[in-house]
This record gives sequence, structure tokens and C-alpha cells, in this order.
Amino acid sequence: MPTIEIAGKQVTVNDEGFMTVYDEWSDEIAKVLAAQVEIELTPRHWEVIHFLRDDFKKEGESSTSRHTQTVGGFPIKEQFELFPKKPAKKMSYIAGLPKPKGCV
Amino acid sequence: MTTPAIVPNFGGDSTDRKLAIICSKGNLDMAYPGLILGNAALGEGIETHIFFTFWGFDMIIKSRMNDLQFSPAGNTAMHLPGTNLHIPQAVMPAPGMTAMATKMLKKQLADLQIPDVPDFLDQIVASGGHLWACRLSADMNKVSELDLRDDVEGIISASDFMEITANAQLLFI
Repeated sequence: MPTIEIAGKQVTVNDEGFMTVYDEWSDEIAKVLAAQVEIELTPRHWEVIHFLRDDFKKEGESSTSRHTQTVGGFPIKEQFELFPKKPAKKMSYIAGLPKPKGCV
Repeated sequence: MTTPAIVPNFGGDSTDRKLAIICSKGNLDMAYPGLILGNAALGEGIETHIFFTFWGFDMIIKSRMNDLQFSPAGNTAMHLPGTNLHIPQAVMPAPGMTAMATKMLKKQLADLQIPDVPDFLDQIVASGGHLWACRLSADMNKVSELDLRDDVEGIISASDFMEITANAQLLFI
């Protein structure tokens, strides 16, 4: 696994660039990751990100868009507004989590 | 050893991929492939159009969409749960089999947190998907826009659908 420098920290990522070590993530890193995919983080983005981080800890896998709606309470339509085009992947990327595995 | 930044390729803001799905089946098990693939495509930023025709019309008729059923008759891939043993086809048409199989399939899907059909279509529309109804099927079923989900964008002919989905990849289910 490659190690890269983000916001002055060494972090481990997979070949695509998704972080692989849960505890290497920080708010500062999230800001850089978001900027890299052209997203400016608003308070609402942070609510989603913190839900995803907490949920991953509980479930052991990344939340899908469906799960983020039904369990997190963030409507899918809003997820598309906040993280355009590919919400599930972009949310996970910024939250320092793997791509969701679930089909739905 | 530090390597330069690696950023996933999420594609640009515009992808030229477009997907057309034709849903022609009204059995519960055959409703799902189109819904799952359409939903996945939308999650990848792909413009997605779903055309409901023939038996697939039951997926968008308000009075029927909650009551799709699954029949094991004619399905040779049915096995006794947890085994590779085929269930004999002769027992499939027995009274109550369709209701029982439908109930079991619904439970399996719910356990995996897969939404039911109307809820799944809600999600697809919320994700930017487009729903279209087939003109001929509407005439055959004697239904109008009023009988269909409100988010069906129109009752259109097959050639209209071909125009709307020019250059799309196409799935017939």
C-alpha cells in the first residue's frame, strides 16, 4: 500500500487513493481530500462525514447511499447535491473510509 | 517511502455514459435486476432512463405496485433452502405456493435492507433517474397517467423512447 503525504501527515492509501487506516484520518485531511475532488465542505457535509465515520465503527463497513438515508437520515437527493454525481464513493473517500461494498 | 498524491478518478462533472433499461416483467423477482442496476448506474453519475412495458407496467401502476408476486413454477433454479436439492416442479403450482414464495423472497430482500419496489423507485427518482411508461401497454391495460406513479414523466411510444435514449447502453429485462 502506498503512503502519501496529506495535510503534512503520512497516510496509507490503496491504489485508487482511498485511505486504508481508520485512525490516520483527521478533519484537516478531510478538507484536503474534499478539495481534491472539488468539494467545499459545509456544516451539512461535516454532519454526513461524522455519521459515516461513526457508522463505520459500528458496522465495520462503509455506508451505502441507501443506508446513509435510512439510518443516517440524509435524503438521497441531498446526498447528490452535497457530493455530486457519485455520492457514495465521494463521501467515503472524504471520510477516509473504503468504497462501499453493498449493491444498494 | 512517500509517493505523490493519489486521487481517485471520479470522472469529470459530465460523463457521456447513458443507460436505458427496459423493464418488461411483472414478477417480483424480475423487477429487481432493473432496479438494482439502474440505481447502481445513478450512483456512478450515469444518466438513466427506465421504460416500463408489458408486464413491467405493474411496477408503476399505483394499485398493483405493492403487490408484485413471485412464482417458483417454471423456475428450475429453486432449491430446498440451504441445499443444492431441486424442488420438484410438480409441487410448484400447488395452491399457496406463490404466496409462500413471495413472502419468503420479500423477507430475504428485507433482511438485506433492499427496499420494496415502490420505495426503490422513489430512491431512483431521488437520484435523478427518469421513468417512462409505454404507450401500447397503457392502452392494453386501459390506464392513464392518473393510474401511474406521479413521477412517471410520460406515457410515450417506443420510438419516443429510442429518441430520448440515443447513444445509450441498453438493458432489456
